[in-house]
Amino acid sequence: MSSGFPLLSLIIWLPIVFGVAVFATGSDRNAALARWIALVGSLLGFLIAIPLGNGFDTTTSAMQFTESYPWFERFNVNYHIGIDGISMPLILLNCFFTPIVVMAGWEVIKERVSQYMGAFLVMSGIVNGVFASLDAVLFYVFWEASLIPMFLIIGIWGGPNRVYAAIKFFLYTLLGSLLMLVALIYLYQTSGGSFSILDYHQLPIPFTPQILIFIAFFLAFAVKVPMWPVHTWLPDAHVEAPTGGSVILAAILLKLGGYGFLRFALPITPDASHYLASTVIALSLIAVVYIGLIALMQADMKKLIAYSSVAHMGFVTLGFFLFNAYGIEGAMVQMISHGFISGAMFLCVGVLYDRLHSRQIADYGGVVNKMPVFAAFFMLFAMANAGLPGTSGFVGEFMVIMGSIKISFWYAFLAATTLITGAAYTLWMYKRVIFGAVASPAVEGLEDISKREFAILTILAIFVLWFGLYPYPLTDVMHASVDHLLNHVSNSKL
Amino acid sequence: MNFIPPDFAPASSEIFILIMVCVVMLADLGAGESRRYVAYLLTQMALLGCAILTFLSFSTDVSQTFSGMFVDDAMADILKLMVYGTVAAVLIYSHSYIEDRGMLRGEFFSLILFATLGMMVMISASHFLTLYIGLELLSLSLYALVALRRDSVVATEAAMKFFVLGALASGFLLYGMSMVYGATGTLHVTQLAQIIQSEASSREVLVVGLVFIVAGISFKLSAAPFHMWAPDVYEGSPTAVTLFIGSAPKLAAFGFVMRLLIEGLGEMAADWQGMLVILAVMSMAIGNIAAIAQTNVKRMLAYSTISHMGFVLLGFISADSNGYSSALFYVFAYVLMTLGSFAVIMLLCRYGFEAENISDFKGLSKRNAWYAFVTLLLMLSLAGIPPMIGFYAKFAVLQAVINAGYIELAIVAVLLSLIGAFYYLRIIKLMYFDDPETDEPILPNSDVKILLSANGFAVLLLGIFPQALMGLSLYAIQNSM
Repeated sequence: MSSGFPLLSLIIWLPIVFGVAVFATGSDRNAALARWIALVGSLLGFLIAIPLGNGFDTTTSAMQFTESYPWFERFNVNYHIGIDGISMPLILLNCFFTPIVVMAGWEVIKERVSQYMGAFLVMSGIVNGVFASLDAVLFYVFWEASLIPMFLIIGIWGGPNRVYAAIKFFLYTLLGSLLMLVALIYLYQTSGGSFSILDYHQLPIPFTPQILIFIAFFLAFAVKVPMWPVHTWLPDAHVEAPTGGSVILAAILLKLGGYGFLRFALPITPDASHYLASTVIALSLIAVVYIGLIALMQADMKKLIAYSSVAHMGFVTLGFFLFNAYGIEGAMVQMISHGFISGAMFLCVGVLYDRLHSRQIADYGGVVNKMPVFAAFFMLFAMANAGLPGTSGFVGEFMVIMGSIKISFWYAFLAATTLITGAAYTLWMYKRVIFGAVASPAVEGLEDISKREFAILTILAIFVLWFGLYPYPLTDVMHASVDHLLNHVSNSKL
Repeated sequence: MNFIPPDFAPASSEIFILIMVCVVMLADLGAGESRRYVAYLLTQMALLGCAILTFLSFSTDVSQTFSGMFVDDAMADILKLMVYGTVAAVLIYSHSYIEDRGMLRGEFFSLILFATLGMMVMISASHFLTLYIGLELLSLSLYALVALRRDSVVATEAAMKFFVLGALASGFLLYGMSMVYGATGTLHVTQLAQIIQSEASSREVLVVGLVFIVAGISFKLSAAPFHMWAPDVYEGSPTAVTLFIGSAPKLAAFGFVMRLLIEGLGEMAADWQGMLVILAVMSMAIGNIAAIAQTNVKRMLAYSTISHMGFVLLGFISADSNGYSSALFYVFAYVLMTLGSFAVIMLLCRYGFEAENISDFKGLSKRNAWYAFVTLLLMLSLAGIPPMIGFYAKFAVLQAVINAGYIELAIVAVLLSLIGAFYYLRIIKLMYFDDPETDEPILPNSDVKILLSANGFAVLLLGIFPQALMGLSLYAIQNSM
């Protein structure tokens, strides 16, 4: 579908405009107004994203909903946006999570409400811009700009060690992206003055520059994913971020890194990707196995889920560098499903934290006696996090393992250990928090989830089960684009 | 003997401002204590008049006068218009600050106007003597401005340092110029280029002269290792004067470098490129690393200036109009950000209280969310984060550097600017993450309110739509002599 209506631009800019409107409500006297504008804006943002899914043509790998206007001619930079089967599901995921986050912070955030809600809306628009950009400078601008709201969200509403976490988050990601900037400018020179990402896909590059460009991309995206050993910012950022921040971080921002691999690293530097694939796979497997073991030892619930995120994202990078359809599609499914599951897990921890103001596993125990409905939801998401068949967590991991067994038995074997460690750390945490005797008077006083929390968790539960039982809509959307990508990557650019 | 008067038209705005300086001094003499604002208004009118004169005489033709010692081209006009705007903004920002500190006197304004005249001459000079005269007029006015609070020990000390080191740098520059004169036999910028091209001059003497000239320029630009004066002078001067020193003279220095190195000694690019690489890398390294250790915000901004000047020098390294226009874009972005940053510092000052430490930024977002937001934009821009103008400035320069084949230099530059991001983030952290130490309200005058808001918006909007300014920079460079 390519009507003249700039739907994609609307999806990018509407949340930003609403975000500015929320900022404009000012001080906390207008907190209620800020909340409602934020809710309306985020719901509208989600509603206008639905035609994007409906009108999407799944038979082609070409860019759809494209718009292109000159932005600054001096460097031939264009406002060029469009989506394919790889970016479309991620945009929908992002638009879906914005209202969830607004609702999750509804009563919990009491200070500087307008800034909190506004920051999330602005970030939502910026992230849509990252996924939709087809111009390298436009991509870079959105990519970096997404740091600013998240930096403020962690730093203002985060936990005790928030300043350290916020600055670490910012500088780590900035390091990667600055080197990417140099690579992009280099590509601009060698392509004879173009910043179009699609032009770069066709650009022949000699081997040595390919390796260097790949390394620059790799650093930028690996930090964001995050891959071992540059993952250390993530647990800090997660632990200190408010619930909404953790949800967006895990569900959306980590996907930026994965998306970057598919849009930049693989198609622009295919030979370097093949050449260095074993290294990337090794790092991914270390993340899956070693970080899984680290997760087992965590005493802090958020930290545990953060490490489990690193392990799950290890599956994503593993899948990308297998260079077969199972691997890449499986990794994409894993990204989407990890979005729902980790988002839900952080919301569950948020539910507990809002009541007891502790994230320590040791402070809980016997919660099921007081919060049976919550315990049921938490059970479902914990199972999904462990990769139980029937939940979306299983589909992606299974596909990636299928893909890796075609390459090497040992890849598949090591990847499959996550089915054990994942179950171990998730269910052990679940057992200690939910079951057993009531641990303390504080737990005794817990009340079960409110209607608002019930609604949020129900929606997420539906998606986790839907994509677990019937993942076809998801794979169908991305199939043509992934095929095209694989074809492209298998051709040398030397 | 017939006396043929020179064509005064190209220098009309310089002549006008000279007349206005005298008017300001006389008017202030007669105005008395209660009507100090007369001098202020007259100064603003002088700048406005200059802007109109420059704007009306704007053309793409290059017109020379005073036997070719003075040139009026599109680059000069554009740079001068920027200088007027910057000086006017400086005056608006510092008006209430200097009033509170008893500095609202005729001397302040006439010195500022003299300095402006010096800058204009620097921008329009096409002869070593006029270049030097312009530079000295600017420098001497600045020394006096720094020492204006004569009962302040720090200010006097800063002025002393500034003067001694500045005189040394002028000496370097003059010595270098004399060597170049010895080698080529001319002081005219245009003739110089021709003589060097025809290789009718002694190469060795020229190179030695060039070294001294580059050293002198580096001092004026506060590029490392000739940066020592900057932190002390920035710290010791009254903030209004620091604002002035840190902003408009950088535009003039850009013009100065263009006239001297590019138009005059452009044939020797291969020689000065290597020197500029060292200066640029040292400036970025020393500026960014030393800034982290500062607790005084003015010192921190001084080191930040040093690192930004390193980036400007990077733009010159590619030795083509692409690079020069990137450097000009960078200087303009830098001036815009510096104006805003120092304006915020003066905003935090109160009667009898000098905001000097970075801890004075604590909790600004709780005291006043709007100015905290403006400062946020400025700091992110200084750190080079898109979509602020500072990013496009860095982007343009990096693009020129990579285009010239110095890709390693680009990597060094981005890594050093990563270090730089830390201390700008620290200001943001203090404003947004910490609690205020005082709940003293922030009450700027309405003109400051409007200008500062516009300044913050300009940093954002020129970042979202950088095309016009980039085009203007390229136009200015392409239409210079």
